Amino acid sequence: MAKPQKNFLPNAYPDPAHLRLEGLACSRGARQLFEGISQTLAPGEALALYGANGSGKTSLLRQIAGFLPVEVGTISFGDTRPPRVHFIGHADGLKNPLRVGETLAFDAALWGAPKNAIDLLPLLGLDNRGWQTVGDLSAGQRRRLALAKLCLAPRPVWLLDEPMTALDAAGQHLIDTLAGAHLAAGGILVASSHVPLGFATQTLTLGAAS
Amino acid sequence: MSVFWAICRQHAVLAWRGGHTTLAVAFLFIGVTLMPFGLGPELALLQALAPGLLWVVLIMALLTSLDRLFQADYEDGSLDQMMLMPLPLEFVVLAKLLGHYIALVLPLLLAVPLAGLLLNLAPAHLPMLLLAMLAGSPALVLLGGIGASLAVSVRRGGLLTVLLSLPFYVPVMIFGAGASQQALAGEVDETRLAILLLISLASLLAAPVAIAAALRNAVR
Repeated sequence: MAKPQKNFLPNAYPDPAHLRLEGLACSRGARQLFEGISQTLAPGEALALYGANGSGKTSLLRQIAGFLPVEVGTISFGDTRPPRVHFIGHADGLKNPLRVGETLAFDAALWGAPKNAIDLLPLLGLDNRGWQTVGDLSAGQRRRLALAKLCLAPRPVWLLDEPMTALDAAGQHLIDTLAGAHLAAGGILVASSHVPLGFATQTLTLGAAS
Repeated sequence: MSVFWAICRQHAVLAWRGGHTTLAVAFLFIGVTLMPFGLGPELALLQALAPGLLWVVLIMALLTSLDRLFQADYEDGSLDQMMLMPLPLEFVVLAKLLGHYIALVLPLLLAVPLAGLLLNLAPAHLPMLLLAMLAGSPALVLLGGIGASLAVSVRRGGLLTVLLSLPFYVPVMIFGAGASQQALAGEVDETRLAILLLISLASLLAAPVAIAAALRNAVR
């Protein structure tokens, strides 16, 4: 993997967030996905969500992101409320007709990042791909490109839905590097996964309690 | 503010590269070219019908692009990201609608004079026709956006989008075609132009709020 560019990794968040889940429940239609979820994350802590397919990992992440209304229980961020959150889901939000370099430039503008976004390519392991069309990227390369916004706009809360999917060993190392820098900077992170996440300080297995 | 323009520019670039602009302009010309075959080659008749026909074809051409307004964003996950951008969703929506207007409506309006000539409109009739279209077309995009946002989570929701948008289009159509018809008499119909502007301004206030609410509901 290319040597990480230090200036793109988060160094210290001016507004560190806490995350407190209290008695959280979620149902989809008539089906109860989970209930009684209580968890507290202090700055620098990461929560790994495990659980079978359909156990509600994505729903929990979408509740924290504010997409899904919370009907039972509460989610609080201390002082910080959304939209100080990054959410990276299965749908990567990339536009196939754009080139990789254009995507980064738009990302930088959309997230209000002052940085020179094209310099991110080596960090993401996409050197010399700037002129390639996003539609021509492989699943793993798309995943890497989708991570760009984490580096462009510093936000203290990262929500990653199965970040390791489709990534090779170097890509998984990239996630570890980004997550490590994020946590060291005082950020908090919630990630769902089917493989063990090395950076997690807490784990929660959905669907196991009931 | 730079975030607003970036969203606007990205939407316009994608509409252009996705071929939506070409499709809409081609649709306009195909519609206009077919009219003489259906109505007969009588030049006086064509001229009398031209303002109304051009409005109908303009709206039809615009309708072909409406379902791409938010559908692609819903499918590829961009809608989730739009919720988290450092700009209220209402303004994100407004930026996208402005991008849509620049990439689709402006090229259509540029094509209207040429299409008008095919229907035997004299150049003297064009300024009034274009003025009416300029006053009414923002409402077409804004109100069409409401239909598009309501149908966003429906797969192949294009037809639903069109059906939802059509009732909103009727008032714009009536006043727009009415004002344009006056162009043939060489008159400036200030009343109808004012009503068109009023509809556009009211849509500008109401549509982004309604669309944002519908989109928030769609990402659940």
